[in-house]
Amino acid sequence: MSLLSRLANVFRADRLNREIDEELQAHLDEAIASGRDPEEARRALGSSLRYREAGHRVRVAGWLESLVADLHFGWRQLRRNKVTSIAAALSLALAMGSCVGAFRLIDALLWRPLPVAHADHLYSLSRSGFGFNGAFQTFDGWAYPDFKLMRDAAGDRAQLIAVSLALRHDITYGSDQETEKAHAQYVSGSMFNTFGIKPALGRLFTEADDNAPHSAPYAVLSYDYWANRFGKDPSVLGRTFRMGKDTFQIIGVADKPFTGTSPGVVTAIFLPVCMSDGFTEPNATWLNTLLLARPGVALEPLRQELEAVSRAFETNRLKGVRNAPRKLLDRFLNQHLNLEPASSGVSRMQSEYRKALQMIGILVAMVLLIACANVANLMTAQGAARAQELALRVSIGAGRSRLVQLILVQSGLLAFAAAILGAFFAAWAAPFVVARINPPDDPARLVLAADARVFCFGLALIVGVILLFGVLPALRASAVRPAMALKGSGSPHAGRRMMFGMIAMQVAFCFLVLFVSSLFVASFQRLANRPLGFSPDRLLLLETVAQNPQPPVVWDQMAERLSDTGGVDKVALCGWSLLTGGAWNSYVSLNGGPPGSILAFGLTVSPGWLDVMKIPLLAGRDLRSNDTSPGQALVNQTFVNTFFNGENPVGKSYGMWGHTYQIVGVVADAPYRDLRESILPVAYVPFHETADTPGLPLQAEEQATFVVRTLGQDPLALAGTLRRKITDAHAGLRVSNISTEDEAVRDKTIRERLVAMLALFFTGVALLLAAIGLYGVLNYSVLQRRREIAIRMAVGSPRSAIARLVSRDIFAMVVLGAGAGVLLGLQLARYVEPLFYKVRSTDPSMLGLPAGAIIATAVVAVLPAVLRALHTDPTEILRTE
Amino acid sequence: MARTDALQGSLDLLVLKILSRRPRLHGYAIMAAIADTSGEVLRAEEGSLYPALYRMEEAGWIRAEWVKKDTGRRARIYELTAAGKKQLSAEESRWQAVSVAINRVLREA
Repeated sequence: MSLLSRLANVFRADRLNREIDEELQAHLDEAIASGRDPEEARRALGSSLRYREAGHRVRVAGWLESLVADLHFGWRQLRRNKVTSIAAALSLALAMGSCVGAFRLIDALLWRPLPVAHADHLYSLSRSGFGFNGAFQTFDGWAYPDFKLMRDAAGDRAQLIAVSLALRHDITYGSDQETEKAHAQYVSGSMFNTFGIKPALGRLFTEADDNAPHSAPYAVLSYDYWANRFGKDPSVLGRTFRMGKDTFQIIGVADKPFTGTSPGVVTAIFLPVCMSDGFTEPNATWLNTLLLARPGVALEPLRQELEAVSRAFETNRLKGVRNAPRKLLDRFLNQHLNLEPASSGVSRMQSEYRKALQMIGILVAMVLLIACANVANLMTAQGAARAQELALRVSIGAGRSRLVQLILVQSGLLAFAAAILGAFFAAWAAPFVVARINPPDDPARLVLAADARVFCFGLALIVGVILLFGVLPALRASAVRPAMALKGSGSPHAGRRMMFGMIAMQVAFCFLVLFVSSLFVASFQRLANRPLGFSPDRLLLLETVAQNPQPPVVWDQMAERLSDTGGVDKVALCGWSLLTGGAWNSYVSLNGGPPGSILAFGLTVSPGWLDVMKIPLLAGRDLRSNDTSPGQALVNQTFVNTFFNGENPVGKSYGMWGHTYQIVGVVADAPYRDLRESILPVAYVPFHETADTPGLPLQAEEQATFVVRTLGQDPLALAGTLRRKITDAHAGLRVSNISTEDEAVRDKTIRERLVAMLALFFTGVALLLAAIGLYGVLNYSVLQRRREIAIRMAVGSPRSAIARLVSRDIFAMVVLGAGAGVLLGLQLARYVEPLFYKVRSTDPSMLGLPAGAIIATAVVAVLPAVLRALHTDPTEILRTE
Repeated sequence: MARTDALQGSLDLLVLKILSRRPRLHGYAIMAAIADTSGEVLRAEEGSLYPALYRMEEAGWIRAEWVKKDTGRRARIYELTAAGKKQLSAEESRWQAVSVAINRVLREA
């Protein structure tokens, strides 16, 4: 009889019995037909029950049958304790759902291989060494000319691919009035071929598209963008769009699964690298370099060769640099080239969120352990309550493994119910979190597939959870001693020791979660509340590009015109606005000497910019319209402290970028490119740049940002009006991006906000679960000891002694757990230190807060059980016993 | 009469042998065939035939199937499997060895 039919027969026992009866009846019929006496024949055959049993064994998979019986029984057990079962399933579901959700995020961002050919042979190139700022760092940006040399050096041993960041650009398919945003990524022509990506439509780029600067004004769309923006319209081929100064023609659509090489961003438009100004620029390190090694190629010799090629390139590039100290340049050249496996691509989001996500993963695991401990305690308590039933089962011949199976099946039922609920939670939670990673108008997009990987993780989780919370209680319950249990005199301490151990563990993990999340929350609060030094509200930023470079007077007039608009308070110009990501730096030379070793940063601004930004002027005067760069400059307080020992520098001169500047004013500090780093020395130089020598006409500018302080509360309300005004007034100027300074500031705290939010959520869950656990265990222990308590009360023990008796152990466990939690927490905090902002994990207040919260929770959770113990009525208890 | 004793331990062998000669028999027919071919000397006890059939089915020596009879009722018929054939030859040679040995004892005693 095949296994399959034996399995199937489990679910049709009635039919099986009927068949056995039918066969016996057929036998009798034959016997009677051959002339035997019916009575005699029936007697000779014997009772059909015997056959049923023997036939059953043959035709039914016994283990499955007992499993089904256990499932029925387990289900009835769970239903009998409805409230506790639902509470256990819900808490487990929340924890398991969080785990799966965290796994989906981490997998999508960090682990899942790109949908390209040979992703396992993909490496990312980066360099580590001392940067120009003197700090040791690893940097993965490369200049295209450098990339080209390395690509040629690699020959046929490996394919090198250059990809830019996928940045959000303003593009337009029609008039400039109808701009829209899309993520565009510059890629080297060989990328599609190397990755084995086929066109869904038209053609993709080839090496021929990399030939000469601006030689290939073509674009390839991603399938996702083609479907969402154009509804898969095949006539999209040949359409053109404008982006910045260039017009691109759409020549193809890449096949479906490929969404770029940067998890976190779904690229909409691929452009050839030759269309960027960086194509020939040796100083612009704007490309990531990916290397696809041919199988079997030794990596180390290749790495060394690439390193030598790149070093030669840098040596050549830095030959002409005069305004930097030689020894810093030499140290910079001595960089190590790294080949890091990059099967899941490279993205900024990966490096920014790697540690944060790992941390969230750990918190989630803690919550899961807490939930498991709760359920284990629940099962232990139930097992003890069922001691008589189990003892009876043993007495009538059940083996120990049979009892273990009985209880494990019940655990399994609980775990599966929780897993189903948890799956719904995870399906909702992961996209919810992803949507909050970036600013609302530009949400991060992770490909969150619910596929075999997630399913396998879920299954492994279920098995793990059953092992975690099911095995110990099952073993303990199965060790029941029938004689003791049936007499009703089981040891009152049975099961309690394990439950108290679980409590200590729960408290330790709970403390850990509380501690780490309080560090995150404090970090976020300190970062969000840090003084800015300027006022970001009601500031609209219009990033504007010129078709051809325009003389400063055009930009000035435009600023003038914008300030005449209704609803506009003031307008100023700058190269880019603070905290929007731009940076420009140089070593500083003093008293005409050689450049020093400290970097200072620069920003071009127009007169009145300070006023618009509300940055206080501390000494001297603001820039004037006849000031130029090089020529005059404003410097911030940190610049003064760094280079002039804090003495008033107004009137003094310094050198940057090989030119001399005279300081005309000192302004207050403001963060330059990031909120987390300490204030940098910054020089604000006039937007009016002279071509190298003073006296010549001013340099024409290609781009600038208009900073507009509006009167109304919502600066974006004016966005359309101002955009139109710029294009109407000067056909050569286009707004390429509109944002607000508020957004720029918020963007810099978004990771901290997200981590703090998640950490707070998990803290709440952990505290709740731990409280339920404490309550449950103490309640159980009071119930179990009610005889002892009643006797003590009957012999006159004071109430305070009773309260101490029942709560002493549990508080000992809380203290033990908290102690372990402190040790674990300090270790963990050291690992995530880089994520904190001005928060020290060893700060006593950081330890005090979670400890206080745990103690408070413990008191609240323990109170009902203590009250119950105090209200024990000795006469009633002792009479019933 | 010693017919049950004579069958002790050899019921399997008889059932397998009958089925190897005349495949696709139902339980009653197997019993009848044993009685018939042994000249009514051997009778399979009806009470132990079916458990033996079930046991051999579990071991995979025989397989069962329901067929419709002319009378319209169903019968459960049995036939030998490949494993059953192997088992039969093993049991046969064991039986032969035992009976040769017993005969020798009887002769020389």
